Amino acid sequence: MLIRRPADVKSSEITPYDTYLNRRHFIGRSAMAAVAAATVPGALIACDTDAASGRAQGATGQDRDWSKTKSELGEELTPYEDVTGYNNFYEFGTGKDDPAKNAHTLKPRPWSIAVEGHVANPAVYDLEDFIAPLNIEERVYRLRCVEAWSMVIPWRGFPLSDLIRRVEPTSQAKYLEFTTLLDPVQMPGQRRRVIDWPYVEGLRLDEAMNPLTLMATGLYGRDLPNQNGAPLRLVVPWKYGFKSIKSIVKIRFVEQQPLNTWQQMIPSEYGFFANVNPEVDHPRWSQARERRLGEFRRRPTLMFNGYADQVASMYTLLDLRKYF
Amino acid sequence: MWIGAALPAVWLAADFLRDELGANPIEEVLHRLGWWGLVFLTLSLAVTPVRRLTGWNRLIRHRRFLGLWAFSYVTAHFLSYIVLDQFFAWSFILEDIAERPFIMSGFAAWLLLVPLAVTSTKGWIRRLGKRWTRLHRVVYVAALLGALHFYWKVKADAQEPLVFALILVVLLLLRTPAVQRRVAARKAATRSRND
Repeated sequence: MLIRRPADVKSSEITPYDTYLNRRHFIGRSAMAAVAAATVPGALIACDTDAASGRAQGATGQDRDWSKTKSELGEELTPYEDVTGYNNFYEFGTGKDDPAKNAHTLKPRPWSIAVEGHVANPAVYDLEDFIAPLNIEERVYRLRCVEAWSMVIPWRGFPLSDLIRRVEPTSQAKYLEFTTLLDPVQMPGQRRRVIDWPYVEGLRLDEAMNPLTLMATGLYGRDLPNQNGAPLRLVVPWKYGFKSIKSIVKIRFVEQQPLNTWQQMIPSEYGFFANVNPEVDHPRWSQARERRLGEFRRRPTLMFNGYADQVASMYTLLDLRKYF
Repeated sequence: MWIGAALPAVWLAADFLRDELGANPIEEVLHRLGWWGLVFLTLSLAVTPVRRLTGWNRLIRHRRFLGLWAFSYVTAHFLSYIVLDQFFAWSFILEDIAERPFIMSGFAAWLLLVPLAVTSTKGWIRRLGKRWTRLHRVVYVAALLGALHFYWKVKADAQEPLVFALILVVLLLLRTPAVQRRVAARKAATRSRND
């Protein structure tokens, strides 16, 4: 497995462990100061800077200093604790901290993925074997949840297009349908019928082939934690987070547009495309702004979550208000 | 009792200072304050049915106390939405209240509680007389709106808001004349048996 990584970091630049441990404390105080300063607009900016440097120190990873890693827009990474402690993964409970508490029952290894439908090479692959020849890369993406919060995450994975080329879709393949594991023993949240298990998501073939679309196997330089969708999940950064289906066991190439779980449940609120769009509100809340975790003030949401240059051309013929 | 009612607020403040509110502390503050507002509102509505069923009349003395704590938590919840969540972005706040039933229901519930909190003093009770009782029945509407607001907040898992709604409906049914007559009849029967 080849892992491409940015330039090596000098050991002197790595945050000492003590400083790292103290960061929560530090952020806590910064947050307090920010709230106190909220009545004094001028002071708020200064506090924000403090909080930002506090977060930068806290970045973690296998053996790496992540504080220098930024998104292409220069955004700070969301701390590892937040990326792995605040999750929507109803298979482990509907609270944001439930997945981190309950996902230890998932066994991500060994894992197999079935590739079915209109492909020349349908098969059931062992994940390790399947990934071995692929180039694993690092990608820093914004993740915008449909609930109007967001993160910046350093993923590790391979472009979905690499997988698609290998299995050779036939001309009938127009869409991909992804399915999450169904196993109430490993996924205790499935014992209660909150949604119609298993979770299903879908992409149009051109969306799946887009170079941004990633199959993630890790984050922050490590294997995916269970609560983030181990061992293999989709990451589609210009769409709302629910499109990025976790713990995938099946990929089917189909002719008809798949019915994704949230659209099936509440079609008036969640569509198939689910492109991040500040101009099309969720019926119950505004999508114009979002709260980046770790920040006090909401920030404006960007069209296609800031990836319009790479993806807008796929939707020129689509009425985004109708096909939300 | 006073300490018990203040405990959720103290606990919230302590968690805030220790930075134990998770990755999205603003959301956590909002949720907890709203949740406790609904709990105290439900408790205040439970006073009369429980008193009638058990004959524990001293309970009535705590009804205003519970109601005012409910109002405090709901007000804190509303203020944290304005200040922490929206940071005085009035155009967004007005849009939320005017166009989104989810926010509208919560705002309406709070608005209905305001006159009740204002008229909770002895002076107002005396001044309004019978009208006071009628005015304060608005609390049923406020509580149901609160449960509806909670229901509209969740995406899929409606278990908790439905439990609140169920309890509220039971508490309201216990107040209907039909149920009350039955309770009175049974009490009378027990009394005559004991005599």
